[in-house]
Amino acid sequence: MLYIKCPYCGIRAQTEFAYGGDATVKRPELNKEITDKEWDEFVYLRKSLRGKHLEFWHHISGCRQWFKVQRDTTTHEIFKTLKPHEEL
Amino acid sequence: MSQNFRLEKEGLINRSKKISFKFNGKSFFGYEGDTLASALIANGVHLVGRSFKYHRPRGFFGAGVDDPYALVQLIRNNESIPNVKATEQELFEGLEAKSVNCWPNVNFDIGGINNFLRIFLPAGFYYKTFMWPKSFWYKIYEPFIRKAAGFGVVSHEPDKERYEHKYEYCDLLITGSGPSGIASAYSAAKNGAKVILAEDKPRFGGSLLTSDVNIGNESGKEWADKIITELKSMPNVVVKNRAQVFGYYDHNMLVMSERLTEHLPKSDKFTPKQKLWYIRAKEVVISSGSIERPLVFGNNDTPGVLLSSAAKEYMKVYGVLVGKKPIIFTNNDSAYETAIEFKKNGIDPVVLDSRKELSSDLINEAKNLNIKIKFEHVVVNANGYRKVKSADIAKISDDKTAIGKVEKIECDCICVSGFWTPTIHLASQSGGKTKFSKEIDAFLPDKSKQNETTVGSANGIFNLQDTLNNSFEVGYNLSNKITKKENKQSTPTVVEKKSSKHDKFWCVPLPEGKKYKRFLDFQNDVSVSDIEIALKEGYRSIEHVKRYTTLGMATDQGKTSNLNGLQLVSNIENKVVPEVGHTTFRPPYTPVSIGAIVGREIGKHSKPLRKSPMHSWHENNNAVFVDAGLWLRPRYYKRGNENLFDASKREAMNVRKNVGVCDVTTLGKIDVKGPDAAEFLNRVYTNAWLKLPVGKARYGVMLREDGIVMDDGTTTRVSENHYHMTTTTAQAANVLSHLEYYLQIVWPELNVNVVSTTEQWAGAAIAGPKSRDLLQKLFPDLDCSNEGLPFMGFVETKLFGVYARIFRISFSGELAYEVNVESNNGNFMWEKIIEIGEEYKIQPYGTEALSTLRIEMGHVAGSELDGRTTPYDNSLEGLLSKKKDFIGKRSLQKEAFIASKREKIVGVVPLDKKTSIPEGSYIVRDANSKLPIPKLGHVSASCWSVEYDNPFSLAIIKDGKNMIGQKLFALSPLKNKSIPVEIVSSHYVDPKGERVRS
Ligand SMILES: [Zn+2]
Repeated sequence: MLYIKCPYCGIRAQTEFAYGGDATVKRPELNKEITDKEWDEFVYLRKSLRGKHLEFWHHISGCRQWFKVQRDTTTHEIFKTLKPHEEL
Repeated sequence: MSQNFRLEKEGLINRSKKISFKFNGKSFFGYEGDTLASALIANGVHLVGRSFKYHRPRGFFGAGVDDPYALVQLIRNNESIPNVKATEQELFEGLEAKSVNCWPNVNFDIGGINNFLRIFLPAGFYYKTFMWPKSFWYKIYEPFIRKAAGFGVVSHEPDKERYEHKYEYCDLLITGSGPSGIASAYSAAKNGAKVILAEDKPRFGGSLLTSDVNIGNESGKEWADKIITELKSMPNVVVKNRAQVFGYYDHNMLVMSERLTEHLPKSDKFTPKQKLWYIRAKEVVISSGSIERPLVFGNNDTPGVLLSSAAKEYMKVYGVLVGKKPIIFTNNDSAYETAIEFKKNGIDPVVLDSRKELSSDLINEAKNLNIKIKFEHVVVNANGYRKVKSADIAKISDDKTAIGKVEKIECDCICVSGFWTPTIHLASQSGGKTKFSKEIDAFLPDKSKQNETTVGSANGIFNLQDTLNNSFEVGYNLSNKITKKENKQSTPTVVEKKSSKHDKFWCVPLPEGKKYKRFLDFQNDVSVSDIEIALKEGYRSIEHVKRYTTLGMATDQGKTSNLNGLQLVSNIENKVVPEVGHTTFRPPYTPVSIGAIVGREIGKHSKPLRKSPMHSWHENNNAVFVDAGLWLRPRYYKRGNENLFDASKREAMNVRKNVGVCDVTTLGKIDVKGPDAAEFLNRVYTNAWLKLPVGKARYGVMLREDGIVMDDGTTTRVSENHYHMTTTTAQAANVLSHLEYYLQIVWPELNVNVVSTTEQWAGAAIAGPKSRDLLQKLFPDLDCSNEGLPFMGFVETKLFGVYARIFRISFSGELAYEVNVESNNGNFMWEKIIEIGEEYKIQPYGTEALSTLRIEMGHVAGSELDGRTTPYDNSLEGLLSKKKDFIGKRSLQKEAFIASKREKIVGVVPLDKKTSIPEGSYIVRDANSKLPIPKLGHVSASCWSVEYDNPFSLAIIKDGKNMIGQKLFALSPLKNKSIPVEIVSSHYVDPKGERVRS
């Protein structure tokens, strides 16, 4: 079971969190004309990275904040956790 | 029966307390402190079961967790427990155990015929033989194998025992209480660290219980007892016996199973049988020791052949002789301790040492005691079927490839020692690397991945002084890192005997013309020839060899077999062991009962239960409940002998005719507040929200980004910057996370907050033509007219002095209102509605009637919004704003979504107006066409229309719009039904929606 440091609450067990997907994906702006390909990439296409991955987690049984986690997808090592608008 | 093999004095058992027990129906007795194994051996019983594949007789090979095959069926407290290790099961008064794997009994076993047919059961046998013909598998092979093989029998009764889970945090977790574990625990605890010391056996001390050493002025055991006593008294230390740390998981999470009552005749009501500890440790010290390796020779699985360390443990801990004419067969010094122990107890052993004559403290001591030692000698074969009767021994050549003249000597046990294998399972499970040590011919932990340190013989240190020096230091250094304290303990001085080097020899060659089975894996009956066959057949990777031959599999996990298997593969392949590599160590190290994994989360405790504030009223009024997510909701209120169908029909008809009341507390409720709330709703919902006035509600649909409908519900503008959103019961949690995602990550510039208020409000839906009259009586001061409180209107008011919110919304399609009060007033509201509603013939209605009402109105719900349908499919396109952007809008342009023959929701009525259509049925054009019949769509929800008194269903079918009026078929292969149907509009009742606005 992972041990995750919520940037707001501190270190908590994995059972308090929900995984939230790739944190490098940016939603296209509202009302912006974009191609089908761009939209499909946003909705469906994700890299299945081996190694360091930046992802969202949601402290669902805690402060209910979303935040970013940099995790190794093979070893589960967590290098860093960040608030949503902090950059690595 | 008398205990012919029990010693007078030796051992740690309590001879003043006799314990009687039964094995295979026969009565015996042992002493307090015995294991089932030691008590059986004391009584001269060595045959405990049959082996898995060949059904060969099985005895005891170890004295604890190392034993691969002394498995029994235990009867304890009227429960039958399979695969209990006799070497670990402590004796209790009235214990009953039976042999497993034998039929009809352990002495005469029909499966034993496999042993004589074993030429037909080589490696990969199951893969090869039973694959063809396929039909034979089910009828002939499989039942035969099940009957003849397999381990113990699982009970079909529910497990009555209690199991618990515990979460714990510590600075240091130490896995084993041998010298290295005790030393590191003591050193760390004295330096202020929070320590957990876990020992899987009942007694602490590990090898100190059986070895002849002094630490300081005391014996090893006295020293261990003293330190353990001190550790137990320290507030920062938890010391646990009967506790096995069996798994090392991510981020230094380890799991330990503690056996609390298995050594007692029965558990008291509130004491769990086992407790599973989830331990998050800052540092882990692996002090799991080492297991003696077997030597491999002909018929080395015969009962009476066992590890020399086990023979010593039976003497020194249990005061039991494994035999009175022992042969000790060794390639190293440690077996001499066993020989000396036999001698001290008046037994004359013969030592066969594969090495050339040499001297050391131990060998010299054995010589001085006049123990007969034959150097350069080996056991070639064990004779005897159910128990060793004699051994064929021979001189072995210098290069260990040839044996001399075979000579037979009588014996009743053969104690083997092929040196020691460090127990590195936990170190490897942590993700750490391993390295092969030529010094000890075994793998050792290499670079650690998590915060673990391996000490003592688990790390290949077999000398006690070195072990203590290192462990004291490790304990200090690790604790110093955490506590920053500097209380260093001095390491005591050890008096121990020096050992000479072990011999790399491990497998005795076969004598000319003999084809003795030489076993590597005793649990899975894997022999030298099986590995040879696997390699001959082209299996090279050790992982493949393992699976093909079953070497090192099952509950034993290769504890005694692993290294010998690797040695053999490397010999045949002319490689060195590290090149062959080893198979992956996986948790659990020892079997864990399912009950312990499940813990208390069984039955009603398997998930949280949510009840509305009106729950007890429902209970008192014969509600029959149904699970709705975690909620319990009334499905119907039973009157007399009514069944579900009758009751729900009555309740639904009463809503259409008079007025009904339904508990809608379970609907998800979210408060949306802030100056940008309207803008936020406008982006989340597909329809327009900017112009919704205060005091009005609006129905909304939200999509996922892929254009699929996520949820629907009404949202009400309570005040300028305050909205009250409702969601379906099922999607409440997901919708909240969804909103939080967009607010926190995508549009943080919006000044909006969301919070769940589901449990703050109790809700009652009042529906039916008489609902306005009832509402007026409930709220006499309120203008309840169509003008005063119009459709989709909202007011805040008081219900007999209690704050209440009224929403004029309808799910049933009738004139309806939803009243919310604070949860603690829910029951008061409900009782008032029932009391005052009596004159309007009010009846409560449950979820079944609720469904009926919405289905015949054509309102979509979870069965249509099933995560696969678009707004078009559900005829919700009227709610799609063309002017603004919203979540998922861009996906609606997808070709597949706008295809002309896209699915659409329709109504379905059986032509005979009688036959109900099962939910999930397929709609097809021609029920008699060739298989597979092309599917047009499926029936999503069915009811008995109370308006028309005939069955009615909703379906989502291809090109639905143009299908109305067509005669098709509903097929349910599950129910074996083919029903001719007509497609009609999904709005079966009141298609213009006049009633809700009346
Ligand atoms: Zn948090």
